[in-house]
Amino acid sequence: MTMTWFLGGLGAIVLGGVGSLLSGRRAHLASAFAAVGTVLGAGAGLVAAFGVLLGGATAHLDAPWAVPGGRLTLTIDPLAAGFLIPLFVLAPLCAVYGAGYLAPAGRTRRLGAHWFFFCGLVALMALVLTAAGGLLFLAAWELMTITSFFLVAFDHQRPGVARAAWLYLAAGHLGGACLLAMFLLAGHWSGGLDFTRFSALAGLDAKPALLLFGLALAGFGAKAGLFPFHVWLPDAHPAAPSHVSALMSGIMVKTGIYGVLRVVTWLPPPPPGWGMSLALLGIVGAVYAIALAIVQDDIKRALAYSTIENVGLIFMGLGFGLWAAAIGEPAIAALGFAGALLHVWNHTLFKGLLFLAAGSLAHGAGTRELDRMGGLLRRLPFSGALLIGGSMAITALPPLNGLVGEWLLYLGLLRAGRAADGLTGLLPLLIAAALAVTGALALVAFTRLAGTALLGQPRSECAANAHEAPWLMLAPMFPLLFGCLLIGAWPQLALRALQPVIAALAPGSLPALAEAGHELGGVAGVAWLLVAVAALTGLVAVVMARRRPLTRDATWGCGYSAPTPRMSYTASGYAELAQRSLMPAWLRPEVRRSGPRGPFPHVARLWQRSLDPVLHRFFEPLAWRLGDRAVRLRWLQQGRLPIYLLYMFVACAVLIVWSLFVSGDWNPL
Amino acid sequence: MIVTTLLRLVLLLAFAPLMLGVIARTKAAFAGRQGAPVLQPYWDLGRLWRKGIVVSRTTTWIFWAGPVVAVTVPVVASLLLPMGALAAPLSFEGDVILFVYLFALARFFTAAAALDTGSSFEGMGAAREVTFACLAEPTLLLGFVVLARLADGLTLNALLGAHLAAAWGSSGASLALIVVCLMVVLLVENARIPFDDPNTHLELTMIHEVMVLDHSGPLLGLIQYGAALKLMVLGAVIMRMVLPVDTGNLWLDAGIFLGGQFVLAVVIGTIESVMARLRLARVPQILVGTTLVAVFAVVLVLR
Repeated sequence: MTMTWFLGGLGAIVLGGVGSLLSGRRAHLASAFAAVGTVLGAGAGLVAAFGVLLGGATAHLDAPWAVPGGRLTLTIDPLAAGFLIPLFVLAPLCAVYGAGYLAPAGRTRRLGAHWFFFCGLVALMALVLTAAGGLLFLAAWELMTITSFFLVAFDHQRPGVARAAWLYLAAGHLGGACLLAMFLLAGHWSGGLDFTRFSALAGLDAKPALLLFGLALAGFGAKAGLFPFHVWLPDAHPAAPSHVSALMSGIMVKTGIYGVLRVVTWLPPPPPGWGMSLALLGIVGAVYAIALAIVQDDIKRALAYSTIENVGLIFMGLGFGLWAAAIGEPAIAALGFAGALLHVWNHTLFKGLLFLAAGSLAHGAGTRELDRMGGLLRRLPFSGALLIGGSMAITALPPLNGLVGEWLLYLGLLRAGRAADGLTGLLPLLIAAALAVTGALALVAFTRLAGTALLGQPRSECAANAHEAPWLMLAPMFPLLFGCLLIGAWPQLALRALQPVIAALAPGSLPALAEAGHELGGVAGVAWLLVAVAALTGLVAVVMARRRPLTRDATWGCGYSAPTPRMSYTASGYAELAQRSLMPAWLRPEVRRSGPRGPFPHVARLWQRSLDPVLHRFFEPLAWRLGDRAVRLRWLQQGRLPIYLLYMFVACAVLIVWSLFVSGDWNPL
Repeated sequence: MIVTTLLRLVLLLAFAPLMLGVIARTKAAFAGRQGAPVLQPYWDLGRLWRKGIVVSRTTTWIFWAGPVVAVTVPVVASLLLPMGALAAPLSFEGDVILFVYLFALARFFTAAAALDTGSSFEGMGAAREVTFACLAEPTLLLGFVVLARLADGLTLNALLGAHLAAAWGSSGASLALIVVCLMVVLLVENARIPFDDPNTHLELTMIHEVMVLDHSGPLLGLIQYGAALKLMVLGAVIMRMVLPVDTGNLWLDAGIFLGGQFVLAVVIGTIESVMARLRLARVPQILVGTTLVAVFAVVLVLR
């Protein structure tokens, strides 16, 4: 029954995509097909996923598939359901938002292909999360990369978009290659590509297991945006339309996290070193990414870096959980896994919200540059308030949901630090301190983002003439903010729903989870109290203001009588102190300035841009060097047909001989 | 329980501005002046409360949320924190983390309210406030980590329990380092010399005061009252570490708590009198140093 709901949902989504592909020039029709199909399909999918998560029964499908060695097997177990829920919550909202967002573009171009790929991406992500065979998984994974490539490249005539899309495709394929190697090795060692067979991997030695773990981390990490494989993310997110950025950042990167978790369930229990290495990699990446988020000029690029930060935090929680399980502390491991998984859900909600709200701002003001925005809260009151809500949630401020996930992680880290002695205890405590640094830096990044975009005065003509988004774009954002508030107010419910997933990852964790849920009730209680006290104080302030004379005047400029918006603090100015006093030189943006000089000075200019240091100092030089080496192989390219036919003949012959040799049917001696 | 809670609220809400008066009086004594009466902060608050309000035309509801949150957060945070020997009415495992993040909420809205005016001065102050907090927040957390190693539990009640008196004997070095670190955090967070000057409004080295340039009348009063509450709440952490005395008598405990707060106020006044304000570029360096000292304290207590 569960599987029927799920397959019906997939069918509705695919039908929506096909319908929009056939709509031809009628862009409205194409958008409507996709939105309706995704909403209906996701609703059915949610029924299936909640059925598994709350009912506890795993759903299976096993059908023959005309591929050598392949059967079409799908499984919805608690782990898959835990990731399907954010997918099916976010995807329909993105589809509805996209219908409004693309309406202006639809007047001049066809949208059928875009919506086809959008629906395809949603359906393929659902397949990736439920596939129970290596072949199906790899096929869905690669198609997911390709469909999302076309979505990123939607505005390919805009400068930089095509390059960002290619970078994404290259990163996706390099990651895919690692996964191919991993699945082939795993299939070789376990005797089949079915996931049920992979349980045989639990008997593997340490070295092959480490190889599989490393390949999974590189392959899935490239999709998830795990530092240092995150390089495609900061370019691809600003390039894509906002509803696509929200979908990619909110849930597609999480499929990488799902992949790592899935692989971990097959492997033998990892030694403590693996978990701690993963935790350190995660937290280093989080600090790195949030520091770079502070210096971005592009609002969506800043959000993309914040995604890398949050993915880092999630991996930190998972690594910490693995470590704690390995040193025999299941109660602490439960806190690490619970914090990480709750953060997966939370991040889907608030990052989806933030990307959609940023899209409204860019849509209304016609620019993505923070320095050209300003004063948008007066012009876009709803989108602005939603962006502020999302910023509070992602900065982990009470009473919203961002805090509860991070709170569980802190609790686990501090308990581990209390329980262990010496260096074993020091590492979790230092990670907790780094988590505090991340939180404080996130506050800089998001007061800067919300403050310079929404508050103050407009810094450009386009910001002054900005308009509120249409209701089709506003409506999908409210459920996301509502979700943030709901998990902030009743975190126990979310933890209760995730319990089967955590129990699958950390056996013997149920008592610890029940206790953590009880304490989360305390956090929520304080959040309620906070809202109540703030409401009371606010009421006093409002009543008092009505009884006093209220004058509206210009902002106090310290006596200067002709202030202009150009004098207000810009986003670059806001970040300047942090970038000078907190960041090492290699993280700082590239700055060029030409001050006024001489008796008849020219206009002074200041120009700065922040390129990703890992991409520009490591991967790009590496790619160039490899490219230079590869030039030596150019003689292979003779440009004559017979030569290529010869290559094919030789390749076929070698393959035939090799396959006979391997299967043992042929023995020339 | 109810009596204790009410008494704690009265102590906080009624006596917090007095600390500002004591600090001002101490500074006056050092400067050889007679100084304003100790109750002057109350008169100032009353004067602001009766005034009209001038609001900038560029501002939105965020501008009003800043003062409201600035008062709300210390009040709610105080309910998690033992004030002297008066145990916190709200207590659960891990409340210490919520305590730290509550102040982040206050910072978010203070900075946002400052940016809402579109003034370059206030933007500057907001940028400084949030940047320095990046170094102060981990120090605060590491301080609590040291306390957590010495206590049995992760509630603030347990962290700041009566066992601290014995802990000074066994881990005195760590505790002393942490007291110094938390003192630095207190001075930074409350905009005190040598990091900031609460008395200047229009100099380029200030942080907190410049963020509230455009708030006037009762809104400014709320902010100043919130600042006094925050000083008392953060001061309560330090004074409990220095004076871990439990007498068992409610009124005596309350008296000890108040006495400790006034000693702290005199100490702050003394620091403000004998030190010059640091150059802005030095502030991050000092804060990084403090964080490292806090890490060292953690290492000592792990040994």
